Amino acid sequence: MKTLININASSISDAVAAAQQALGNGQSIAFSGGGTDLLQQIKDGTDRSDVIINLRTVTDANQITSNGSGTAIGGLITLTDLSASDVSAVLAEAAASVGTPQIRNVATLSGNVTQRPWCWYYRNGFNCYKSGGNECFSVVGENQQHAIFGGGPSFIVHPSDIAPALVALNASFIVSGPAGERSLSAQEFFVLPSQNPLQENVLAPGELLSGVNIPSAPSNTVSTYHKIMDREAWTHAEVSVAAVLTLAGNRVEAASIVLGGVATIPWKLDAVESFLVGKELTEAVVREAGALAVANAQPLAKNGHKVPMTSAAVERTLMSLAAV
Amino acid sequence: MGDTKKPDKDGGTSTPRPLNPKQQSRRDFLEGAGATAVVTTAVPVLGISAANAQQADNAASVPTTSIRLTVNGVSHSVDVEDRWTLVEVLRDQLDLTGTKIGCDRSECGACTVLMNGAPVYSCSQLAVWADGAEITTVEGLAQNGQLSTLQQAFVDNNGPQCGFCTPGQLMTATALLNNTQSPDSDEVRSALVGNLCRCSNYNAIVEAVVSAGEKLGGVA
Ligand SMILES: Cc1cc2nc3c(=O)[nH]c(=O)nc-3n(C[C@H](O)[C@H](O)[C@H](O)COP(=O)(O)OP(=O)(O)OC[C@H]3O[C@@H](n4cnc5c(N)ncnc54)[C@H](O)[C@@H]3O)c2cc1C
Ligand code: SF4
Ligand code: FES
Ligand code: FES
Repeated sequence: MKTLININASSISDAVAAAQQALGNGQSIAFSGGGTDLLQQIKDGTDRSDVIINLRTVTDANQITSNGSGTAIGGLITLTDLSASDVSAVLAEAAASVGTPQIRNVATLSGNVTQRPWCWYYRNGFNCYKSGGNECFSVVGENQQHAIFGGGPSFIVHPSDIAPALVALNASFIVSGPAGERSLSAQEFFVLPSQNPLQENVLAPGELLSGVNIPSAPSNTVSTYHKIMDREAWTHAEVSVAAVLTLAGNRVEAASIVLGGVATIPWKLDAVESFLVGKELTEAVVREAGALAVANAQPLAKNGHKVPMTSAAVERTLMSLAAV
Repeated sequence: MGDTKKPDKDGGTSTPRPLNPKQQSRRDFLEGAGATAVVTTAVPVLGISAANAQQADNAASVPTTSIRLTVNGVSHSVDVEDRWTLVEVLRDQLDLTGTKIGCDRSECGACTVLMNGAPVYSCSQLAVWADGAEITTVEGLAQNGQLSTLQQAFVDNNGPQCGFCTPGQLMTATALLNNTQSPDSDEVRSALVGNLCRCSNYNAIVEAVVSAGEKLGGVA
């Protein structure tokens, strides 16, 4: 492995300061939560940071605190702790679906949301858009696992399981940096490759994701996370659905439905959401929702299977909530 | 041991597998690819080598840090290069070679150790991140020459075939048994989901853990 300098940060502000200092010295930096993505990138050479700022020693950003208006979750909470929390079913289930127990025991919420793409070209050192080049190898290559929504010029799928759950819960993203703290909506936080092909989010060098805020929901709200993989465990989603519904009996009062594994950012299904509001969750309605979910899908040559898979995943997710 | 600066296990320039387009086989590509890389068709071979971009490291300027690890109850003070993984320190500096390296990238579980009681992949943790932690390795399971109940159950149920995955399986299962009384086979399967057995000896492994749990729980 290349040489690197590890710096333990004791707080979020300490981490920001350490990052500023290293950047000021002309060094490149990376934050490390659990390091489960980062260390692999360092070994593979896709991350060549000089300085690693270890956030595991930060003590002020791993708590869950609730008040009248919502719940604040520190970004350094581990996925094991998140999966055991009672904030929301969709979030706990999404956390429990990540990787393996060994990964979840160290992986953090923030690191999950900010993990880099797992496109095999990028991970293997191809000089594509994500590594600063000016072409995408997947678009005419092996694109079985690539995006059917939001693609161009890069066709990555946003790899995070936690991000769709957070977006479905209408979370805001707390970004900490040299200028202090700012709170961003999902729409502001995640960026399409057409906006910036190099990054998946707006974080500038030296800025970190320190936590999320989740607004409180009506008591008749139900939620779930449904993830389809090409094996039973230990891998990212082929397609996943994060669904949050407010139900009066079986009638939908509000719906928030976000896809993972099929788009370049967590993909909110606005049309499906407004279609569902006011309707009873019958089989016919659910089937229509599944069809509507993929109305604008743009599959590449080899990922067409994701289209019916996405419809089916949306249908199953909605039916499972209707049965509750 | 503190002043020994051993090279990486592959000679100080630990690199991903070569990706020279002319030499790269499909197998190299797949082995080097990320966790989700499973394809059934050929892939293009246009990659540049990330390794080529890496400069040869100058050993004299390699940053090191002094850390403290409690391993199997024994406290160690170790000078580590910041880039060393926990498994490298356990095996190469502390001579605890029971912990195995299979994939070196969170994809097999052979390197599983307990960090403050919880199973983690020691190949995917820098040793400096474990500063101050309590680590348990497979060497710490037997007490006074007596195998743990779980280890004995592995022997009795033919849990190991080639045995390479066994240390990792034992560590994950030890954590399960510490937290769950008499787990059933479904609970064992889901706890051990992050430990591959290339010999595919899963049924025997699950039976061994279930039977150890019954013994410990006093249910059998
Ligand atoms: C075999 C395997 C299977 C996996 N399966 C899944 C899966 O099923 N689902 C899934 O979602 N992921 C999966 N992952 C990816 C990854 O392990 C997880 O996403 C994990 O949650 C990442 O969290 P971390 O804290 O370890 O991130 P890290 O590795 O610490 O960080 C990831 C990236 O984010 C940056 N970063 C870290 N913290 C911050 C911060 N606070 N602010 C800004 N940037 C930051 C790092 O510099 C790095 O670039 C898998 C990985 C492997 C190796
Ligand atoms: S999909 Fe994105 S990461 Fe993959 S080759 Fe294309 S540009 Fe690179
Ligand atoms: S060697 Fe660590 S998971 Fe395979
Ligand atoms: S016994 Fe051979 S890998 Fe498990």
